[in-house]
Amino acid sequence: MSATAGLTKPRFVLPGPVIASVAVVALIALAIATGGPVIVRQVVSGLLLGAIYMTVAVAFTLTIGVLNFLNFTIPSLFMLTGMVAWALVSRGYLTFAGTWAWLVALLVGVAVAVAASLLVERFTFRYLRMKHGDATEHAIPLVSSLGFLLVFENLILIPLGSDSQRFTVPFKADVHIGGMVIGVAQLASCVLAVAVVGALSFILKHTKVGRALRTIAENPDTASLLGVNVGRVVPVVFILTGVLSGLAGALFTVNYGDVSPFMGDNVGTKAIAAMVLGGIGSIWGAIVGGLVVGLAETLSIQYFGGDSVSMMVWGLVLVIIILRPKGLFGIASIGKGKM
Amino acid sequence: MSGYLSGTLAILCINLIFAYAIFVTAAAGQINLGGAGFQAIGAYATAWLASQPDIPMRIIIPAATLITALIGFLISFPVLRTRGVYMVLATFAFGEVVSGFLLRSSIFGGAMGMVVTQHIELWVLIASAAAVTLATFYLMATRLGLAMRSLNDDEEAAAVLGVNVRGVQVAAFTIGGAFAGFSGALYALNFGFVEAQYFNSLLSIYVLLFVLIGGAQTAWGPLAGSLFFTILPELFRIGGSWRYFVFGVLIVLMMVVRPEGIVTRDLVRRLSPFGWRSRRAAGSSHGR
Repeated sequence: MSATAGLTKPRFVLPGPVIASVAVVALIALAIATGGPVIVRQVVSGLLLGAIYMTVAVAFTLTIGVLNFLNFTIPSLFMLTGMVAWALVSRGYLTFAGTWAWLVALLVGVAVAVAASLLVERFTFRYLRMKHGDATEHAIPLVSSLGFLLVFENLILIPLGSDSQRFTVPFKADVHIGGMVIGVAQLASCVLAVAVVGALSFILKHTKVGRALRTIAENPDTASLLGVNVGRVVPVVFILTGVLSGLAGALFTVNYGDVSPFMGDNVGTKAIAAMVLGGIGSIWGAIVGGLVVGLAETLSIQYFGGDSVSMMVWGLVLVIIILRPKGLFGIASIGKGKM
Repeated sequence: MSGYLSGTLAILCINLIFAYAIFVTAAAGQINLGGAGFQAIGAYATAWLASQPDIPMRIIIPAATLITALIGFLISFPVLRTRGVYMVLATFAFGEVVSGFLLRSSIFGGAMGMVVTQHIELWVLIASAAAVTLATFYLMATRLGLAMRSLNDDEEAAAVLGVNVRGVQVAAFTIGGAFAGFSGALYALNFGFVEAQYFNSLLSIYVLLFVLIGGAQTAWGPLAGSLFFTILPELFRIGGSWRYFVFGVLIVLMMVVRPEGIVTRDLVRRLSPFGWRSRRAAGSSHGR
């Protein structure tokens, strides 16, 4: 069973991790077989980018899978982490932390993302539930999230400016694998991203909260009748969204060192593409989709030049949505609710 | 009239026509988050036609409108296979593909954009906006408009009562494409310059917000939404760079206070001096 196949109904499918690893390994093998050492380097940086897309894509897929809600605030949560961390360090608020200031700043950044995500919950789902009894069949959360996107972006833009800024991490260590130099931070990021997504998958499958989330995904009214406290469980989705987006933002900030108020836009759209590719509502789909989009991006820059990326990725998304809406791993019944 | 005022008025007219384009599909229950793609097609068709020798404006504008309507018609068939979140994403992807294509194409100037040599007068813009507004009001009063409303409220029930669901949806997409292309043509002729970067996803998001904040239930909605979105930023310009922040806050609050938009069927019924269709409108406030 893939992790969230149970979001709708139990059915037998190949284990998600198996398909996921086979697909990714096949792709990498193909790339390496056709290219030389240059390609190997592109594959590694593609996988790193993919780990970030993957984490954001899991956040998207979780909110759609459970709440039928395309949450447009996710890119801004991603951005909040990086910008808040940069502001804290550059304004000298964290001098007490010494050389670990960057880590403290990033942790505060993730906390801010979680708080912002809970604010979104307060004004979309909690309010709608009080007024209409159900929030999963409305376009209202979508519109509200677009409003919050503007709020968060400008809240950062006004005091901190629209320029791209440098966020430096004071240590630098590399490992050498077969003549290739890979940053420890990059490796750690990949491991951390995979660990968090794995933990999420475990939570969904084996814990009480996870079971409650899967029940809500199936039908909020029935979940409520069966004794799930929907009002208590829905915020969990938003906390997880905040953690995943914030973590991705922190990893991006550490690895690329550039932060700007618009850093979330590109990553957010690529993550949506990754989610669609893998299949909406499927966590393993989001993982494979994220890695594939990351690889596709670095490889198509290598072969076709930089400005072809966006069109190719979106063209692929359009074709997949129309021809195979459930993507590679998706669950057919998710996301078809009326908007 | 001062240049500032006439500039604002021109943007308002173009935005209003664009908003009606998205409204027509939204009124039939389809959310189109790729509006910028359709507008870009109209604008670039206009720019390309205007660059050819001896094509007068009275041919360029209808031609650009027809081209975009045709693309709206063709794209409706694959897009209408999708529903809900998938439709939002499919239309969004369409917008991204169009702007990505224009950015890379050499005959449309690529990232440099295109200069449009012909220019349109302000009164034509105002007359066009008025005509589109009246046409939409008329459309919503016809049998097709009623069918569109019924799809928005309940697709299955509409189908049971004999509404040709697919036909009405395709018609809505085609009319929406025509309006979007028209607004794109006017944009190109008013500003004299088109570039792919302008027709980005933020534009699609804004125009969808015009409609959903204004209200997708009646043809008054886009009018209210466009006024709200075009005039408020001009007012906030005085208050400095906080205007987009205030803007976002207003969107969130609007969804809390009036989730069906500024103008709802209920409001129109209450304000109407005739009280027509009162029974029909009474129970529909939970339509979406």
